[in-house]
Amino acid sequence: MENLHIISVWVENKAGVLSKVSGLFASRGYNIVSLSVGETEDPEISRMTIVVEGDDRIIEQVKKQLNKLIDTIKVIDFTKKSCINKEFCYIKLNIKNKDITELTTICQVFGAKIIDIGKKTITIELVESDKRVNEFLKLAENFGIVEIARSGTVAIAEDEK
Amino acid sequence: MTLTGAQIVIEALKKEGVDTIFGYPGGSVIPLFDALFTEKDIRVIVPRHEQAGGHEADGYARSTGRPGVVVATSGPGATNLVTAIATAYMDSIPLIAITGQVRTNLIGTDAFQEADITGITYPITKHNFLVKDVKKLAKTIKEAFYIATHGRPGPVLIDIPSNVFNEKTEFSYPETITLRSYNPTYQGNPKQIEKAVKMIKESKKPVILAGGGIIASNASDELREFVRKTGIPITTTLMGLGAIRYDDPLYLGWPGMHGTVYANYTLMESDLLICIGARFDDRVTGKTSDFAKHAKIIHIDIDPSSIGKIINTDLPVVGDAKNVLMEINKYFEKPLEIETWINQINTWKQNYPLKYKDDENVIKPQYVVEVINKITKGLKTIFTTEVGQNQMWAAQFIKLERPRQFLTSGGLGTMGYGFPAGIGAQVANPDATVIVFAGDGSLQMNIQEMATVKNYKLPLKVIILNNSYLGMVRQWQELFYEKRYSGVCLSRDITCPKECKGKECTKYWPDFVKVAEAYGLKGYRIQKKQDVEKVLKEAIIDNKEAAIIDVIIAKEENVMPMVPAGHPINNIIEKY
Repeated sequence: MENLHIISVWVENKAGVLSKVSGLFASRGYNIVSLSVGETEDPEISRMTIVVEGDDRIIEQVKKQLNKLIDTIKVIDFTKKSCINKEFCYIKLNIKNKDITELTTICQVFGAKIIDIGKKTITIELVESDKRVNEFLKLAENFGIVEIARSGTVAIAEDEK
Repeated sequence: MTLTGAQIVIEALKKEGVDTIFGYPGGSVIPLFDALFTEKDIRVIVPRHEQAGGHEADGYARSTGRPGVVVATSGPGATNLVTAIATAYMDSIPLIAITGQVRTNLIGTDAFQEADITGITYPITKHNFLVKDVKKLAKTIKEAFYIATHGRPGPVLIDIPSNVFNEKTEFSYPETITLRSYNPTYQGNPKQIEKAVKMIKESKKPVILAGGGIIASNASDELREFVRKTGIPITTTLMGLGAIRYDDPLYLGWPGMHGTVYANYTLMESDLLICIGARFDDRVTGKTSDFAKHAKIIHIDIDPSSIGKIINTDLPVVGDAKNVLMEINKYFEKPLEIETWINQINTWKQNYPLKYKDDENVIKPQYVVEVINKITKGLKTIFTTEVGQNQMWAAQFIKLERPRQFLTSGGLGTMGYGFPAGIGAQVANPDATVIVFAGDGSLQMNIQEMATVKNYKLPLKVIILNNSYLGMVRQWQELFYEKRYSGVCLSRDITCPKECKGKECTKYWPDFVKVAEAYGLKGYRIQKKQDVEKVLKEAIIDNKEAAIIDVIIAKEENVMPMVPAGHPINNIIEKY
C-alpha cells in the first residue's frame, strides 16, 4: 500500500486514553492500518505505534490532532526519519494431505519459526516488517490460510551511525 | 482539613473564583446539593432543563471571560448536557461541566441512571475526567480549570461517582499546576513575526480576518491598535463580532454566507490575508478552492491544528493573539500606503451596502434591530441570539462597540442557545440590559427557562422575531427547493389544507404573550410598524422587569445578501 506512515505517540498511561486516540481517528475520518500499544520504560507512559494511511496533508492533521489531545506527551512521525520496525505475526496453515517441504524452505528464507504442528494445521511465528509479512502471507496462501493474528507494527528510531 | 468530596468540589470552585453555578439536582448529585445548601459564597441557579443550564453557564462565560460551571446528575442529566457542551466546544468557550455518576462499584453494570458520559463526550470536550478516588478530586478540578482556560479554551467535563462526593480526605488545593502533556504556545516565534511584518509591509491589498480568538485572548485593544497603526481594513467573523467598533471606518462587517458584499469582495481580491484567531469555517470561505485565491495567507492561532486544516497557509504563527499582536504592533509606526485599495473598498461599500426593503404595512425584522440600536444607545447592552434568520439579522444590523457584547452559537448553530445564554449573561451582569433575539422556532427549544427568569427576577428582554416559520430553512426551500415548504410552518396543524396559504395565513401558535403570562412574566405583542418603537421602549426601557416581546414580522422576509452553500463567496444572491 502507498502512503503508509508510521507514527509513534507517547501518552499518559491512564484509563480511557486509547479510546480517545482511536475515537479521534474515527471522528475525523482517518484510516488506521494498525495500532499497537504498550508500557514504556516509565510505567506512567504508554507508547502507541500507529500506522496511518493518507497523503501529507492528512498526516499533518493527524499529528496536530494527536498533539492536541491533552494526554499526548509526544508525537514522532517516522515518514522522513529512519526507524527499525517490525510486526509480530502468527499464521495457521492447513497441512492436511500436503507436503510441507516447500513451506519449511519458505520459513527458512523469512526467518519464520514453526512453533506448533497438529493433525490438520501448522502454526508459524514470524517477526518481520509489515512488507515482508505481506510477502510471506502471499506465498503461504497456496497452503490454505486458516487463521492469522498480527500485532501491528512497532517502531523505534534508528540511531545515527 | 478533612472534607467530603462534595465539600472539596465547593472549596475548589471557590479557589477558582467561581461565584455562580448553574445546576440541576438528581440522585447522584444530592450530596453536592446538600453541601451547597448552606454555602454562602456560591450562588446556585437552577434551570428547568440541564441543556439550558449548560447554555446559561456558557452565556456566563462568554459575557465575562471567566469559566462557566454547570452541574447535572448522572444518566439523563448528563446526556442532556451534550448539546450545550458541543456548543461550547465548537466556539472554544471555557465551560466546566460537573456530572454525578453512579457509585464506583456500579459503574459498567447498567445501573439506574448510568450513562458513560466521559465516553459520550470525548469528541466534544477539550478533555474529560472520571474521578474514582476522592484523593484525586482537588487536583483534578485544578487541572480541569487549567485546561479549560489555557491555550485554546474549551469545555472540560468532570464525572464524579456519588460515593466519591461522600468520602472524606484531607483537602489541599494545588496553587499551580504543570502538565507535561499540555503546554500551549503563547509567544509567537520572533522569526515568524518578523516574516509576517515583512509580508504586511510589502502587501498592496491586505485585509485582516479576525475571529473568536481575539475575544478569547482579550486582544481587542491590541487588534484595534494594529488596525489604527497599519490602516489595514478588517473583517471579523461572527465569533469575532465586537472585537472592533461597528463604526470604525476600516471595518467591513463580517464575511461569508450572509456577510457583507464588500467584506467578501475584499477577501477575494486581497493579496494578503492576515487571519487572527479564526479557523476558516465553511460559512466564511464558501468554496475553499476559490477562496482568496490571489492572497498570501498569514495565519495566527494558538491552536496549531487550526492552521493548514482548511486553507493552505503561507506563514503560520502559533501563539496567543494578544501577545503576537503586541509584538507585531512594535514594528509599525505609519500606516501602509494602500490608498488605491482603500478607495476600491470604499467604492464597494457605497455600491453594495447592507440593506433591506422597508415597508410601512409589515414589520421588517431588520427595522426591529435598528430600533433596538436607537433605543439602547448609551446603555450597557449584551445581545444574544438564537440560531437562524433572527441570528443573521441581529448580527448584520446590530451596532456593537465592545467584545463580549454579542453572544451567539456560531460553530454548532444551536437552536435553543440564545435564551438561556441571555439568562447566564444577565446573572453575570446584573447591571446590563440583556436582549435576546429569538425566532419563534428556536425560543421553543428552551422556552421552559421562562421559569428561571421568573424565579431569579432577571430583567431579561426577549424579542421574538415571529414569522411562524423555521425561517432559515424556509428561505432555503424558497430559493433552492421550489418553495416546497416542508416541515417549516410552526402553526401548521392537521386541519390545514395540503396547499397552504403561505404568507396570507394568519394563524400563529403558540400565543407567546399567554405563555409569558403563565410563567408570571410580562408579555407584549407588536403587530404594526408604527408601534414598534413605542412598545419596545416601554418593554425594554421603562419596564424594569423581564419582558417577552412577540413581534409579528414579514412572513417571508429573507436574509440577504446570500452566498449559496459551496459557492465562491463573491457569487452573491441579492433579492430584496
